[in-house]
Amino acid sequence: MPELRGTGVSPGVGVGPVLQPAGKVPEPPVGARHDGDMESAVAVALGALKAVADDLEARGRQAGGEAAGVLSAQALMAADPGLADDVRRRIGEGTAPARAVYDAFGAYRELLASAGEYMAARVADLDDIRDRTVARIEGLPMPGIPTSPEPFVLVARDLAPADTALLDPAQVLAFVTEEGGPTSHTAILARSMGVPAVVACPGATGLAPGTRVLVDGAAGVVVTDPSEDAVRRARGAAAARAAAAAGASGPGRTADGHPVPLLANIGGPRDVPAALEHGAEGVGLYRTEFLFLDRADPPTAKEQQDAYREVLDAFPTGKVVVRTLDAGADKPLGFLPPAGEEPNPALGERGLRMARAHPEVLQEQLAALATAGRETSARLQVMAPMVTDLADTRMFVAAAREAGLDSAGIMVEVPAAALRAGDLASASDFFSIGTNDLTQYVCAADRQVGALARLQSPWQPAVLDLIAATAEGAAAHSVDCGVCGEAGGDPVMACVLVGLGVTSLSMGAASIPLVRASLARHTRDQCVRAATAARSRVTAEEALAAARAE
Amino acid sequence: MAERRVKVESEVGLHARPAALFVQAAAKAPVDVTVAKAGGQPVNAKSILAVMGLDVRHGDDVVIAADGEGADAVLDELAEIAGNKEPSSA
Repeated sequence: MPELRGTGVSPGVGVGPVLQPAGKVPEPPVGARHDGDMESAVAVALGALKAVADDLEARGRQAGGEAAGVLSAQALMAADPGLADDVRRRIGEGTAPARAVYDAFGAYRELLASAGEYMAARVADLDDIRDRTVARIEGLPMPGIPTSPEPFVLVARDLAPADTALLDPAQVLAFVTEEGGPTSHTAILARSMGVPAVVACPGATGLAPGTRVLVDGAAGVVVTDPSEDAVRRARGAAAARAAAAAGASGPGRTADGHPVPLLANIGGPRDVPAALEHGAEGVGLYRTEFLFLDRADPPTAKEQQDAYREVLDAFPTGKVVVRTLDAGADKPLGFLPPAGEEPNPALGERGLRMARAHPEVLQEQLAALATAGRETSARLQVMAPMVTDLADTRMFVAAAREAGLDSAGIMVEVPAAALRAGDLASASDFFSIGTNDLTQYVCAADRQVGALARLQSPWQPAVLDLIAATAEGAAAHSVDCGVCGEAGGDPVMACVLVGLGVTSLSMGAASIPLVRASLARHTRDQCVRAATAARSRVTAEEALAAARAE
Repeated sequence: MAERRVKVESEVGLHARPAALFVQAAAKAPVDVTVAKAGGQPVNAKSILAVMGLDVRHGDDVVIAADGEGADAVLDELAEIAGNKEPSSA
């Protein structure tokens, strides 16, 4: 049984057929002409447009919710009579159907691009319809994630938030990507869905669609055509892990009773059931991008309030930390003017920086949070992403206070903020360390590039040093310092973080039980010793080994 | 030729959901319908792409026009959608 190895980033075992998203639909050759039978050519082109419109409409009805609006708007575009007339005219001039469609869409692209601001996302919608229509005419597979009658293992080069927005969780048995790393979008999504995932797996895209594979998200292994025996063994091991995790219960604490609240990272209300099931004491990171991305109009005040209230109501005695919108750069908003092309999106005008350019978006979000917060007994805290310096901190905290929020903190993910943690702690109510991005910036290693896995490890002593500095800066001003990056979900790292002075840990819900069990087995002193041992080493591997030994 | 002049009240202008509802209603009409920004060139109201291209914003006035049997009923319906702060399907 051939085996592929990668990085296991979400535990569990998934067994099923491989399905890959289709590649880009190629542009039909310029100047392609039809054979003279104009009527047939027109029928082919218009038939394809209609089929695309009907399909989008049907999928919209099936998806429901917000996706329904997006898809039905696209269906309307595919059915546009002006577009159909343009296609007919071009075919009348002799152009082949696929090329006529391509050119007609091109004309509308121009029209929308010159009409003003909000059109950027609409151009992407148009391109998608164009590609689907061309694919139908040429008999190519539809772009994007295919629909399937049975659940499948999704295998791709990499997956972006846009690719997975409409994914039905019930359909995915496991994720496997060729690129990516422990903090890539695939890893985070898989953990929040409780679905196994293996990333940075060379050869993954070579798996033929339909091939039966076993994906072990803990071991980081993908086995082709697994024997029944192999499947049984893998499932048995996964069950044993789950049992070990279930061994500990109650609020997070060390063996000697030092409390370490264990919270969940969530991407929206739909992640709440898993969080509750795994005993999360609250939410340490409520990502709010789902309210703003992939839509043409901004969320209404009511939509926002409802989304915040739903999560707050689920944790009446706990705390819920909401991160304000982390978009911009490579996650553009459809209802704002398209930003200029950025050479380095990770270093760009995103997060709080985008809020400086569009303060009303932040203000509306804070106002909605304040309203939802007033109506619930949960302890609401808000924090800003991509905070770099004291000016950023003061700006955000002032905005939060003005909106009526009494607990405003910052994410510490930019090295500058970690190095000056003391200054920033004097101006904010709490810290939350985003170890994913902090590691990326400190080690200058893109989270999405599989070849850099060694440099993406939070065990890098330099990263541990900055976490320690941040915790010390926070302690000097008596503010809490939590970790919400994926590092907190590793049972060994969790103890080290506590030893470094971190006061709470937030992670994908599925990781909570093992972390709880790990903390319960070690005293606070042991955690401190493990942290010291890790920092005394000079490589990531040695740091991990030293910590384990304590 | 019958006409209505309406101020667009929706916060997002004649875009997104309001535009979709507007065009869907126009598409059902038994007559041709045009829409223009006040003082501008009219476009086919049954074409979502043309309506989007007008880029009508919150507070802009639009002129909706139709001719023939049933034109008035159509114009009433479209004027209602365009002038509604939060239009919903009829």
